[in-house]
Amino acid sequence: MLIFPIVRTALVALRRDRPSLALSFILPIAFFYIFAVIIGGRHDSQSKISVILVDQDRSQASIQLSQALQREEALTVTTHPSSKPKQAHPPDYTAATAEDAVKAGDAPVALIIPRGWGVNPIAFNSAAGQSGPALQLLNDQSDTIAPQMVAGLLQKTAMTAMPLTMAEQGMKYAAQYIGGFTPAQRALMDSNMARLRQLEAQQASAASSNSTNPSAAGSSAAAGGLIAVQLRPVMGKNTHDMISFYAAAIGVMFLLFTASGSSGALLDEAESGTIDRVLSSRITMTSLLAGKLVFNTLLAFTQLTVMFLWAWSVFHLDFFSHIPGFVVMGLCTALAVAAFGLLLASLCHTRAQLGALSTLIILVMSSIGGSMFPRFLMPPAMQKAGLFTINAWAIDGFTKVFWRDLPVSALWPQVGVLLAAAIVLFLVARRIARRWEYA
Amino acid sequence: MSSSPAHAQAAPLSFNSLPLQVTTLVKRFGQVTAVDGISLEQRVGECLGLLGPNGAGKSTLIRAIAGRVIPDSGQVAVFGAPAGSPAARAALGWVPQELAIYPRLSATENLRSFGRYYGLSGKPLEKAVDWCLHWAALEDRAGELARNLSGGMRRRLNMAAGLIHQPRLVLMDEPTVGVDPQSRNRIFEMIEALRASGTTIIYTTHYMEEAERLCDRIAIVDHGRIIALDTKEALVHASFGSRSQVFARFDGAPAALVAWVAQRSGRLVDATAEFTIEHPAEIAVLLDSASAAGLQLVDLSLRRPNLESVFLNLTGRELRD
Repeated sequence: MLIFPIVRTALVALRRDRPSLALSFILPIAFFYIFAVIIGGRHDSQSKISVILVDQDRSQASIQLSQALQREEALTVTTHPSSKPKQAHPPDYTAATAEDAVKAGDAPVALIIPRGWGVNPIAFNSAAGQSGPALQLLNDQSDTIAPQMVAGLLQKTAMTAMPLTMAEQGMKYAAQYIGGFTPAQRALMDSNMARLRQLEAQQASAASSNSTNPSAAGSSAAAGGLIAVQLRPVMGKNTHDMISFYAAAIGVMFLLFTASGSSGALLDEAESGTIDRVLSSRITMTSLLAGKLVFNTLLAFTQLTVMFLWAWSVFHLDFFSHIPGFVVMGLCTALAVAAFGLLLASLCHTRAQLGALSTLIILVMSSIGGSMFPRFLMPPAMQKAGLFTINAWAIDGFTKVFWRDLPVSALWPQVGVLLAAAIVLFLVARRIARRWEYA
Repeated sequence: MSSSPAHAQAAPLSFNSLPLQVTTLVKRFGQVTAVDGISLEQRVGECLGLLGPNGAGKSTLIRAIAGRVIPDSGQVAVFGAPAGSPAARAALGWVPQELAIYPRLSATENLRSFGRYYGLSGKPLEKAVDWCLHWAALEDRAGELARNLSGGMRRRLNMAAGLIHQPRLVLMDEPTVGVDPQSRNRIFEMIEALRASGTTIIYTTHYMEEAERLCDRIAIVDHGRIIALDTKEALVHASFGSRSQVFARFDGAPAALVAWVAQRSGRLVDATAEFTIEHPAEIAVLLDSASAAGLQLVDLSLRRPNLESVFLNLTGRELRD
């Protein structure tokens, strides 16, 4: 059978088709690397969870717990907002400001140690009403992993840093100040100490077998361990509202593809000589590119509108209460995406080149920018890299609008970055497009 | 274009100036000199032909006049305005060699788009569109998408798009490339109608029949230079005087044929012997000597030299080499 000549012809054709060749090898490797870094290796640094800590108790136990949490490598514990030019030493978070900060997305979780907690921090007899107030864990439901991680780490920290010490210390002081225990009290205490040790052993065993309890997710008592923890979602949203995240994440990725495809018309027009003819009229290259930019922006904005209307009609997304924020974010995103498409088109000489380059760049941007995988799950370095993508800023902006219900004024960082990106990308595209201008 | 709508608004032009003045124009692309010091002038209402083989530099010259090529040296003035200036662009219509139209737009939509690019709108635009559709005989296909039109129709639409703003000087870069003879005739009629209206035209081609039929004067272009520029009759006369050309084919030994043609100062092209003669009586002398050289006549023709002959005479090469 004459199979070899077919293989040979295909090989020669592939060798000449540089874009396909690049796509065949570079794209899989790029994706392999990105997802390996996100999910597997994380060789640069461990992903840390930001926790806002409010210690209303200021007891020895609460201070011990706070210090232990701050030593915990998996957590980044903050007790006050980051300093600003106007306020070099901002005051510590209160329960209210911590809740606001979680709502604003500054951290996924806030831990409130309520007043009186240190009197009776151990929850092993909570059913009998003998334990004090429970720790409050305020969480943003958009991050389903962080609260579970923090709750688990709280138990671990309590176990490793406090419980027996606290119990023994408590008994010692009790015996000292009340003049000793009766035999019945001593027996009860010994029994409770034994139970505590038993609980500790159980927790250690559970930790060593690395088992988790997924059914705890979303429950109000996040951990039935030594320390009572009350999990309280702060967003007042239902999971339907998270659909805005997916609409933005997926939307931006496809907007990028549409914009690059639409900008590819420039290449068709250059090849057919239409650009030459247009530029011989009263149209200048700047007006030509600006026209394409406006068209692509409107196209992208219409696409976003259709996606969000679909989310409203099918997933009951509260679209119409967020129109101003949507319009601002939608237009800024569409503009940035349109300018990006123009830049890609101006960089390429043929449609095939544009297809290969845009697939490569857009998929990589989308993966590190949060369109495929939430950025809060990525290692810090990857999260920072994501800030160089349109996807990340757009998704953050839409999340602010639809999830956090923040006003339009709160969108200024996203609006600023997207507009600046649009201007820079357009200017670079205009510079590169000089090759079409004159021979 | 006496029946044409109002001319598109243009910046001040000096209509006392010649429609086109090209002065020692040079354009190089890397090591290749595409235009090598060309100078020419064109009179109002004249149809000037640029005749030359592919790669002679005709299209580069046209693109320089359209302002799409920046020359390395020399000047191009359109009605006194520098090429590429807004005034020159408004006065000039360019029909590129490529089908530079939007395939997904209808004929009317294409014309409207290009009209708007020249600043036309409202009634003047609609009037110009109607005129172009009529001129290109596309009225009954006005709503058809350009990509669905036949090759000849697309060529005509391509030409009409260059005239939508009613320019005073029209550049046509090989407008008949790839069209069948019937469509070519239709295009000739369009250009003749344009000429009759007094529009100044520059017409590039490598078909000498087109240049002979359409152009008042013809510039023969080769290797980026104009090697001759005059009317057809003057060009032929300059190369051949009043002589005619004799073409003869013979049977006989090829070596004998080669030797005989060389001895009679003729030229052998594709086994056909070519001679120039002053008087028809010289034919008998030629045939006698061929017979004496052992060659037997198969076919004989006599004709006045044409532009092809002029090009061959000036360059030693066929026009379509």
